[in-house]
Amino acid sequence: MTSATVKFAQYFADFQSLSQGPGAGDPAWLKDLRDNAWAKFNETGFPTARRGNERWKYTNVGPIAKADFSFPERIASANGLKSLAPSYKIDGPVVYDLVYVDGHYSAELSSPANGANRITADSMASITPENCSGLESQIGRYAPYDDDAFAALNTAFLHDGAYINIPDGRAEPVVVRLSYITAGCAAPKVTHPRTLIVAGKNTDVTVVESYVGPKDSEYFTNAVTEFSLADGARIDHYRLLLEGEKAFHVGTSRVKQGKDSSFNSASFALGTALARNDLQVLLDGPGAYCSLNGLYLTADNQHIDNLISIDHAQPHCTSRLNYKGILDGRSRAVFGGEVMVRRDAQKSDAEQTDKNLILSKLAEVDSKPSLLIFADDVKCNHGATAGHIDADTLFYLRSRGLDLDAASRMLVHAFASEIIDKVRPEPLRDYLDDLFSAAIPDKSLPVAGVR
Amino acid sequence: MAAVANGSKPLLSVKGLTASAGDLDILKGIDLEVFPGEVHAIMGPNGSGKSTLANVLAGRPDYTVTSGEVLFEGQDLLKLEPEIRARMGLFLAFQYPLELPGVRAWQFLKAGVDARRVHHGEEEMSAREFDQMLKAKVEQVQIDPDLVKRAVNEGFSGGEKKRNEILQMAVLEPKLALLDETDSGLDIDALRIVADGVNLLRSPENAVVLVTHYQRILDYITPNHVHVLFDGRIVRSGGPELAHELEKKGYDWIKESVDAGV
Repeated sequence: MTSATVKFAQYFADFQSLSQGPGAGDPAWLKDLRDNAWAKFNETGFPTARRGNERWKYTNVGPIAKADFSFPERIASANGLKSLAPSYKIDGPVVYDLVYVDGHYSAELSSPANGANRITADSMASITPENCSGLESQIGRYAPYDDDAFAALNTAFLHDGAYINIPDGRAEPVVVRLSYITAGCAAPKVTHPRTLIVAGKNTDVTVVESYVGPKDSEYFTNAVTEFSLADGARIDHYRLLLEGEKAFHVGTSRVKQGKDSSFNSASFALGTALARNDLQVLLDGPGAYCSLNGLYLTADNQHIDNLISIDHAQPHCTSRLNYKGILDGRSRAVFGGEVMVRRDAQKSDAEQTDKNLILSKLAEVDSKPSLLIFADDVKCNHGATAGHIDADTLFYLRSRGLDLDAASRMLVHAFASEIIDKVRPEPLRDYLDDLFSAAIPDKSLPVAGVR
Repeated sequence: MAAVANGSKPLLSVKGLTASAGDLDILKGIDLEVFPGEVHAIMGPNGSGKSTLANVLAGRPDYTVTSGEVLFEGQDLLKLEPEIRARMGLFLAFQYPLELPGVRAWQFLKAGVDARRVHHGEEEMSAREFDQMLKAKVEQVQIDPDLVKRAVNEGFSGGEKKRNEILQMAVLEPKLALLDETDSGLDIDALRIVADGVNLLRSPENAVVLVTHYQRILDYITPNHVHVLFDGRIVRSGGPELAHELEKKGYDWIKESVDAGV
């Protein structure tokens, strides 16, 4: 450890408890990684919206920095807590469940894979030198912490995160469900969920990442997820942000794609006082394809910040970025989309849109799609919209007998369904459809185009 | 229903109706009575107010009624929200039907049917019963069954959208159908399908008001009455022969005769 002044007493105390307690038996490389990450976090602290810090321009993490969150101890029995995880059934020949409660891997709620068919889907703490299959060389490689305080803090608490490794050529689809549950509590808690997913050549993996927690407790989830897709791999990724209404969530996702790989992601967000979804995709092999979709519904004073960047580093890659927001109350949404096309990335094809439906006069959206193009033979476009329900469309529905509320609901639902319909597993799609349908506010909405 | 079926009471009665859009007066005193079993054609040049009339009757919020009275089955229509008018049996086929991405035709139509049933104190239709009914209507109006599986009007051609309006009309079984230039922009085959749909739905109990610029569709749907609308007023009323006269002489003839005070 360095001798720098400790500024974050509670985090430091928790960091030490981990190092001296459950993490004491971890391999040396992991201890070093944690120590270095802690030193980095302690040095930089939380980001601020100071001038020039474009990444945090519209989101103030002051409430996270000021709160006194502590890393909870493992609860005695997680029995019964699984009901907190999203309740859809999913079919598939190979389904692995990894469940975390209060940031600790729960063996009793999980059904891991450890070496069977050479597949690994297990807690990192269970990984032995014999079956580590590249954990050491890959963890932190896609989500470096040098320039990212939240990633540094997460890495400082790295111990029993989820490690998914699907070996090259495993063609049969694999489904992995990751459920990160925060249990109800009186004192504010923080967890640092960490996931590494390595999809080998020509593999087909579906990953459902869910974050859930109690409705009325204040807590903070600081998640980092890393994806590596080898040549020809396909990952269908669903991120369900279903945190409680007093929760803070910072999610950092980093994706690296090889040649002809395909990353299809849909991110869903409901609830959460303050949410940040920071997703970066590196298209690092010719012919790689990514489709990044998002749907968020905010109410009251909620704040959601989606910061998505796609780096076309190689030629002949395609990216589709399509986020949609439904904003009610005094809520605020921030969308930053950045598509970069590097000089040698000829024949890049990129589209990005952010569409927002505003249900209340007090809700607000800051949408900043941008394209940085350094190649000359590319096809790129972007667009952002924000508006109310269209008056003419509303009249069309009413002229068929639907009252104002029913017509509004139908149109809000229709707006959301474009993203929900992209979910491939039917039970998950139905589950999300029900969830979002129930969250659409019951009221007459402001309309655009009234003369 | 039986009480009005003999035609003794008007289904729709419009008296001295004036309406404006913003500062612009569009309807300047319309009188019209429509009895069950009748088809009325309302013709007129562009800007005469014929689409406005159809939309005001359906309750489009863009227009303000400034005076006059509209009774539908004896009830004051102008006080009612558009959805209540629809549930009572009024239907407007739109001149420009809107695209509803994300709204399935099935869901849309069932919501309309159920709203009307609940309004009349009936239960919502079961999914199975609705399926069967919809299938029968799709066959009846000769619409491509695939269109019903898609989102309402999304990516439909102009003709498909108009045909879809006719399907909606068939499903909702209105007492009074207002067709706002449903014939415009259709080729002859599409026109025939639309006309067949309207003819199929004609009965002694219901009525149709056909707003049109052209006489063409009246070759397929024979109206009982033809009215010519000009500058917000009905300036001529007659039988089907009036439409043929218009076709021959053109709208300038109307304009000249109005200007001459005839």
